[in-house]
Amino acid sequence: MSEQIKFTIDGKACTTEKGTNLVKAAKENGVYIPILCHLEGIKPAGSCRICNVKINGRFMTACTTDVADGMVIENITPEIQELRKIIVETLFVSGNHFCPACEKSGNCELQALGYRYQMMVPRFPYEFEEKEVDANSNKFYIDRNRCVLCKRCVRSVKSKDGRSIFAVKGRGHKAIINIDHELANQLSDEEAMEVMNTCPVGSILKKERGYVDPIGRRKYDTQPIGSEIETINV
Amino acid sequence: MKQKITIEPVTRVEGHGKVTIHIDEDGNISQSRLHIVEFRGFERFVQGRPYWEAPVLVQRLCGICPVSHHLAAAKALDVIVGAGTGDGLTPTGEKMRRLMHYGQMFQSHALHFFHLVSPDLLFGVDGDPAIRNIIGVAKKYPDLAVQGVMMRKYGQEIIKATAGKKIHGTGAIPGGINKHLTQEEKDSFINGADPLNIEKMISWAQDSVNFLKDYHSKNKDFIDNFATFPSNHLSLVRKDGALDLYHGVLRAVDSEGNKILHDVDYQDYLNYINEEVRDWSYMKFPFLTEYGKKEGWYRVGPLARLNTCDFIPTPLAQKEFEEYKAYTNGKPNNMSMHMHWARLIELLHSAEMIKELLNDPDLMQGELVTKGEKQKEGVGLIEAPRGTLFHHYRINEHDQIEMANLIVSTTNNNQPMNMAVNHVAKDVMTGQSKITEGMMNAVEVAIRAYDPCLSCATHALGQMPLELILVDKDNNIIDRKRK
Repeated sequence: MSEQIKFTIDGKACTTEKGTNLVKAAKENGVYIPILCHLEGIKPAGSCRICNVKINGRFMTACTTDVADGMVIENITPEIQELRKIIVETLFVSGNHFCPACEKSGNCELQALGYRYQMMVPRFPYEFEEKEVDANSNKFYIDRNRCVLCKRCVRSVKSKDGRSIFAVKGRGHKAIINIDHELANQLSDEEAMEVMNTCPVGSILKKERGYVDPIGRRKYDTQPIGSEIETINV
Repeated sequence: MKQKITIEPVTRVEGHGKVTIHIDEDGNISQSRLHIVEFRGFERFVQGRPYWEAPVLVQRLCGICPVSHHLAAAKALDVIVGAGTGDGLTPTGEKMRRLMHYGQMFQSHALHFFHLVSPDLLFGVDGDPAIRNIIGVAKKYPDLAVQGVMMRKYGQEIIKATAGKKIHGTGAIPGGINKHLTQEEKDSFINGADPLNIEKMISWAQDSVNFLKDYHSKNKDFIDNFATFPSNHLSLVRKDGALDLYHGVLRAVDSEGNKILHDVDYQDYLNYINEEVRDWSYMKFPFLTEYGKKEGWYRVGPLARLNTCDFIPTPLAQKEFEEYKAYTNGKPNNMSMHMHWARLIELLHSAEMIKELLNDPDLMQGELVTKGEKQKEGVGLIEAPRGTLFHHYRINEHDQIEMANLIVSTTNNNQPMNMAVNHVAKDVMTGQSKITEGMMNAVEVAIRAYDPCLSCATHALGQMPLELILVDKDNNIIDRKRK
């Protein structure tokens, strides 16, 4: 039997198997730590910083940390909540996010986090940077206006022979996500749908599918992001 | 002395406009114009967007009748996804959209009559402006005000049940609809607690028609002669000539009732309709190409629809239609203020249609979407509350919109509204030494009859015309630049 370890999150006594990723361990214990670039099952990147928590008094990204015995974790404090809100706001101002007409609205993790952290108006000026869309693939419409460069697609979407379908082009603020059209065109409709669901925002859209989920039955219409974890009775 | 009167903003209409009236030295009206001073630009910025986004994006033109834009765009995209030109949808797809549309007609017509127009009728065109508004109506005629609010609410709830939201929903998608009506929704609309049920709505709609007829009988001179002028009339009609607000063929009649556009397929609208640009307004002036700019302009909306159709396919509205037609001996009605009478007959028709649709089992079961061979171009027309609405899209090989053309209902009524302004200005202001607030409101009353939605009606392709004038301290122009 694997070794069980004990830790606390905001004073709540928790247990998990040794070597468990903190985001996953928190989830097992009914605690939600927000994620955006992280996706269970792929190698963590720690790039978006939304999962920042304080571990034994120091800021660390939860998605890149395995739980150790006796860890004291702060997750919901005014300081951390404010930090997360700032991160969400910076993502909104650095892209061109028009939620009202976006087909991912209601299913969008960034939008849901905006609601969770009660973002009304970003405190930073909008950049309104011109971003090109890529509609040349048969399967996808790539709208870089909405991309948060989480790289989930780069890390998780591979062709049958293991080649990357998405890649980052450029560096720093000029970095964009590019798509290999030839490889993307080989995906089945079901696989293309999975890719769209991998994207936390409305940047990767499966073509000709828009708005099939009626308002009221979208993922975050009836419950806020994270509440599915927080309502687990542990 | 020469005089220029400016009425700005024009109130109790949707959007912003201004009117200028020029009076010459003899006190005669030399020119009057309705200027539309807003600028939109949707036709330009939908370019490059995926085509399926259009019904949700373009409806943001307006918060008043987004449903009309939502459905007109969806109808154009039905053609693009190969679902036919308006009659190829599944029964569920078409009927859910119809229910959404008649809900929209019902709430919009109720809003216009009770909130925007009733103050003029109840307090008089020259009544005290401090009470000549919906608050004044609510204070003096509370039952009537509540009726208006509840009718609008009922229509909005229908929209929510079919589109997902009361304003800016997502229900209509290319090739159909994204949801069924639930049993709970159906029950609430049919048997909802008083007054929010369909029988009460029909009864109130009938009362509204009766109210207007009673008002008409007591104010014949005003209703029959105010801003009355001959014109052509254009609308969709069902293939058999019935009033159909969702789909049909395009028909136009002249002021005597002669058909001048013979039930044509609206996919070919560009063969029949053209638009003129004038440099003093952002709103274009459409006309029937065959008859030219001078003779080819036409009216749209309730007055036009009841002039073009042969009958109304619901019993109570048909009965009212017969009485309405008898008043002009079966000839087209060219009296602007009869627009209100026609609008309320349509209100009654919409309520009857909602009842018929609610009892149709197709709303609660069946395929939602159908698609066929993809096309590059599609046109969608619908009879919006304010008149015929045109949406036209062309896409490229990557599913992006490369061209959009919208002719909005209010745009179709541009020339008639200018005519109405001119008529009223001449009637009430010629030779007057003093221009009163009542006279100014009379001009607005004429515009209001058309229920214009000025925010929808302005869009431009390319650059927005702007003029910059540099003047010195003595008001001499030293430089003038146009772009």
